[in-house]
Amino acid sequence: MLKLLLGSLLRRPPTLRTPVADPSAQEALERRLETRERPCLGRSLAIRQVDAGSCNGCELEIHALNNVVYDLERFGIRFVASPRHADALLVTGPVTTNMREALKRTYDATPDPKWVVAVGDCAVDGGVFRGSYAVTDGVANTIPVDLHLPGCPPAPEPLLSGLLALLEAGAEKTRD
Amino acid sequence: MIASYHPTLSEYLAHNPGVEGHGPWPRVHLVTDTWLALISRLPLSRWDLLAEWADGDKVMAAIRDDSDGAVAVLSLTTQDGRFPSLSHGWPSASRLERTIADLSGLTADSLGDTRPWLDHGTWPVQHPLGAATAHKPGALPLPYAFLPVDSEGTHQIPVGPVHAGIIEPGHFRFTCFGEAVVRLEDRLGYTHKGTETLMAGADLERAARLAGRISGDSTVAYALAFARAVEAATGTVIPPRAHWVRAVMAEMERIANHFGDIGAICNDVAFSLMHAHCGWLRERVLQAAAACFGHRLMMDRVVPGGVSCDLDDAGTQRLRDLVRQLRPRFEELVTLYDSTPSLQSRMLTAGVVQPEWVRQWGTGGFVGRATGRSFDARRSPGYEPYSQLDFTVPVRNEGDVNARVMIRIDEVHQSLSLIERLLQAMPPGPIHTAIVSADAPNSGNRHGEGVALVEGFRGDVFVSVRLNANGTIARCHLRDPSWFQWPLLMAAIKDCVVADFPLCNKSFNCSYSGPDL
Ligand code: SF4
Repeated sequence: MLKLLLGSLLRRPPTLRTPVADPSAQEALERRLETRERPCLGRSLAIRQVDAGSCNGCELEIHALNNVVYDLERFGIRFVASPRHADALLVTGPVTTNMREALKRTYDATPDPKWVVAVGDCAVDGGVFRGSYAVTDGVANTIPVDLHLPGCPPAPEPLLSGLLALLEAGAEKTRD
Repeated sequence: MIASYHPTLSEYLAHNPGVEGHGPWPRVHLVTDTWLALISRLPLSRWDLLAEWADGDKVMAAIRDDSDGAVAVLSLTTQDGRFPSLSHGWPSASRLERTIADLSGLTADSLGDTRPWLDHGTWPVQHPLGAATAHKPGALPLPYAFLPVDSEGTHQIPVGPVHAGIIEPGHFRFTCFGEAVVRLEDRLGYTHKGTETLMAGADLERAARLAGRISGDSTVAYALAFARAVEAATGTVIPPRAHWVRAVMAEMERIANHFGDIGAICNDVAFSLMHAHCGWLRERVLQAAAACFGHRLMMDRVVPGGVSCDLDDAGTQRLRDLVRQLRPRFEELVTLYDSTPSLQSRMLTAGVVQPEWVRQWGTGGFVGRATGRSFDARRSPGYEPYSQLDFTVPVRNEGDVNARVMIRIDEVHQSLSLIERLLQAMPPGPIHTAIVSADAPNSGNRHGEGVALVEGFRGDVFVSVRLNANGTIARCHLRDPSWFQWPLLMAAIKDCVVADFPLCNKSFNCSYSGPDL
């Protein structure tokens, strides 16, 4: 184990350099803030991820945000186990009819003010599953969505840029 | 007692001619009496149920004879929407038949458990694959009658469908006596997306995209199984190189997932060092996949007729380098795993799966192979290019969490060397050929129905397709390996402490979306 730890110390860290916040996500958030209050969350963000019927591809890439390359926590963003501890919900999947109630309850259990981010093409509008009897064609048909991050699945880097935009939008007020 | 002679599946079916136009294995249409006679043979046979599904008014069962690897599909025309249940010979048929009832409205006679499975009462239709009658969905999902527990001093812990981590949704109902689990029952179906209904009528391109999204972590395996079934149904012979490129992707998917799993299992016993290192190895595989094939998970790269992108020289070199770099790193981690007693003490003897269970349920993947069942679809029935490659299938007998980790470790080694050999011997040439539908001129002798069995990282994926004359999908059924793994997890956790559940669960890493369809 010592050899391994020493090796890690001596090697260059594999961590990705800080990506810039996604400008289109920033724009979308500014537009959104014209109609909703700005959650004033400072420079940290606690995220509760909700799988509302994804194929699990989006989960894999969200998981990747935690690995040493993307290392989400260095930005003050972390995943929490309960919606009661969360500032933001990260929802994947087209929202199946079987998950709709659970998603609503998770949303209600998250304290205000909160963000909702729809991750992946499915969460945006149902994606390939759009029109099925068993899905409701995207998160916005069940709970209000602040930011859409499309992709099938979105790769970790654009995900990270999108979340950084969200972090900045929530930190804005604190800076004033 | 004199041991009586039991015929093999092929011998048993020898007198029943196969239906025209079904490939690559025969489909035999049975009458009710033969179906019943078959059920009575099951307890004596070594025949495994691969899948059971409905197609129109027919019920279909795919069977594999474990003694010689022969595969056959059996079909039966239901009488007034009823058919004799297979669940008495194969317990694994129970959930499949509950699903048939939910989706197609055909009922299995004498099925013990008739609770709805995927249908939670929230769909606007009933029997979407059958009569598809409009139905007013309830505002809330229907309550589920969990199995009753009748004893003093037990308590229940309901968990899910929204879990604490980044995982798929499902509900677990623990009944505990103090810390010990007396019974665990799962309720799934939360991620049901109606994929098989979307497939009906879809063209091949769209259907292939849907197949690749049944379970995202196995997208290559599913796309491969779907493509092979379509190729069998249309009698398409694909260029040799396509087989090899497909296998490279399939092995990359396997190692990426195994790295992820090994790290996650160790993380569940708070050994995060391993998790961090494995996460990085996984990331490197995905980055290489993105560089070589243009998508990190390699979605939509395997298509009916071949593959949609070739591996060029730079890609080949990149993958060679990847294998060379991963090997020593992984070796260090294996040494770390082997020499950390605190890891071993949690993993050894935890969540033991009994050999009878994997036999009865026909459980594949690392769950089966960690419990003495050596089945690997790459070997038997086998497919290109694996039939030209020499490799061993690792098998262990302990059936505990540690054995499931060790199988994954062995498979990573195996796959790394397979990738090397695939790159070495990959034939040049085209990578795709067009699929010709039956109504096209000069279509020749096309089949119309095809099945395929492919080894994903989690186990064997079975796909059956029936095509319309214009080449669109009439019916497609996809069976995830987790159908036959979830119930074993429930059994393995019995008498363990509740705190061992996350660990055991991770060591199974069953798919939710796959069996939920
Ligand atoms: S967007 Fe794509 S990867 Fe994400 S859940 Fe939907 S199908 Fe799966």
